Amino acid sequence: MRDTPLSNCERDFILKAIEEKRRLDGRQTYDYRNIKISFGTDYGCCFVDLGKTRVMAQVSCELITPKENRPNDGIMFFNIELSPMASPAFETGRQSELMVKLNRQLERCLRNSKCIDTESLCVVSGEKVWQIRVDVHLLNHDGNLMDATSIAAITALCHFRRPDVGIQGEDVTVYSTEERDPIPLSIYHMPISVSFSFFQQGTYLLVDPCDREERVMDGLLMIAMNKHREICSIQSSGGIMLLKDQVLRCSKIASVKVSEITELINRALENDKKVRKAGGRCGFAESMPQERITALKTHVSPLEMTDVEEKANEIVLRAEAPPQTVPSPVLPGPGTGQVGEGLQSSWGLEEEEEEEEEEEEEEEEQQHKAEEEVTCVAEEKRGVDVVLISDSDSEEEEVVILNQKALTKNATSSNQQMAVDSKLKRQRERQ
Amino acid sequence: MEVCGSSNPTLREFGSEQNLLSRPDGSSSFVQGDTSVLAGVYGPAEVKVSKEIYDRATLEVVIQTKVGLPSVKERAREQCVRETCEAALLSTLNPRSSLTLILQVVHDDGSLLACFLNAACMALMDAGLPMSCLFAGVTCAIDGDGRIIIDPSAVQEKESRALMTFAIDSKERRVMMSSTKGSFTVHELHQCVAISQKASDNIFEFYRESVRRRYSKSV
Repeated sequence: MRDTPLSNCERDFILKAIEEKRRLDGRQTYDYRNIKISFGTDYGCCFVDLGKTRVMAQVSCELITPKENRPNDGIMFFNIELSPMASPAFETGRQSELMVKLNRQLERCLRNSKCIDTESLCVVSGEKVWQIRVDVHLLNHDGNLMDATSIAAITALCHFRRPDVGIQGEDVTVYSTEERDPIPLSIYHMPISVSFSFFQQGTYLLVDPCDREERVMDGLLMIAMNKHREICSIQSSGGIMLLKDQVLRCSKIASVKVSEITELINRALENDKKVRKAGGRCGFAESMPQERITALKTHVSPLEMTDVEEKANEIVLRAEAPPQTVPSPVLPGPGTGQVGEGLQSSWGLEEEEEEEEEEEEEEEEQQHKAEEEVTCVAEEKRGVDVVLISDSDSEEEEVVILNQKALTKNATSSNQQMAVDSKLKRQRERQ
Repeated sequence: MEVCGSSNPTLREFGSEQNLLSRPDGSSSFVQGDTSVLAGVYGPAEVKVSKEIYDRATLEVVIQTKVGLPSVKERAREQCVRETCEAALLSTLNPRSSLTLILQVVHDDGSLLACFLNAACMALMDAGLPMSCLFAGVTCAIDGDGRIIIDPSAVQEKESRALMTFAIDSKERRVMMSSTKGSFTVHELHQCVAISQKASDNIFEFYRESVRRRYSKSV
């Protein structure tokens, strides 16, 4: 499906509004939209709402053999799924440019900044290491996917617990969550990406662009930074020339935003920890808003089951008795055979019959020849018995006899032919 | 063979939220116990020429797994959901257009197919697509002792001898789709159908209540 196009009027309106220092949703230039972080039932599942943009991240782990050149390092793997749910322009099973761009940026932001201690993921050097897989699903696209993705990914990684592993000699035991408490990953710092969009060749700057603003922007600058004000990655796209102080100003804004967001993530993680420790309910169901009129929830509802038994019995009684299944004899037609369970293969029989048929045919042919010869003889020489022919039809035994006779007759007939020939010769001589 | 009746069949608590995503034309989340699914619907919209059907809308169902790529199992479930939706939707009213239904697994704790169906129905309602009837998904499990468990959790599913999921229509409580796994007797099947029909009453009542709540304020 194609994306909804942006009309020229909308484009002009948005650009004019930006010139007047106004934004569509009433934000100021440097304002982020509301960020909501919630967690799923299992560890490592995180939802991030950035305004209307919605992203889900799930972290999972697996024991694999490490790369040969890095036998002590665990592996980090990122997968961004552009679900068609997020935008009609996204298609399933196709590597789009946006997907590659986001994936690469996330890798640079989280893997290349060495925010996770990959050496702690090693179980047996050169043989078994943990592979940490981060799946990010985009659920609703309303601009600034990168920031939402980076927040979701790092929060999910902080929330994730991997199963404990015990090593005794050569044996490696992976303990389930019931046996031993799972272990969190060791995370050094939390890089968070902040996006800036530029309009009118860099004249105007906006933080956290929404979808419509992204469509009319000239350039984009993404700065990934941690709360210690260390820049982890910086990426400029869209082909605009930025001045040195513009970049510096952006990095200052980013440092403020990152410390705010980090604070928020830590609070969310704290809250979740408290709830889990208290044994309270957590998960997606709990994060569902109760006060909205579009949402509704019921409690555990028991079912009245008194008449189910009778109803089922009634249906069974009313239903026709299943027909007695008796294996019916199979009569394969001429030239067909049936192979299946409980059926006798009739192929052998068929072949015999065919042979018989062939024999019969041969015999018939012979008879036919004999008949022809006999008739031929009869035509040539009227003196031969016609009764013989009828005899040859009736029984096989006589055919043999007939054959012998035919052979003898063959001889006679050849004699006859010669006689005919000589007659013809004589006639020609006379002419 | 004697089949003992289920002791106390209960549906886990379930809830739903509609219109929670801004981009899709209709969206819903459906939660059954810990199992939850997010659904989004786009359409009726422009259709690819290769997928165009001249007298009705083309329905496409996509199931997105939480981890990894969708496998054959998801394809089979997609087909179950698609055929149920096709039966309920009056797709002839929107010929030569496309309807896309995307289902995202949020958490799987058993009865996932039933949850897919319920979320799909809520999303189709939210999108305002014309339907001849509503449908509800109910999963029944028969455990080793022959007891019927309705709306089983993942652990109960694993321990069960047979697992059946039915889609039931709202008009006459007829079975629109059934997907079964494992072995069971004819009698057990009928019992499960009867229980599912009973359980669907609760779900349809929930649909009605949520729609009533949603349109309680007149704009």
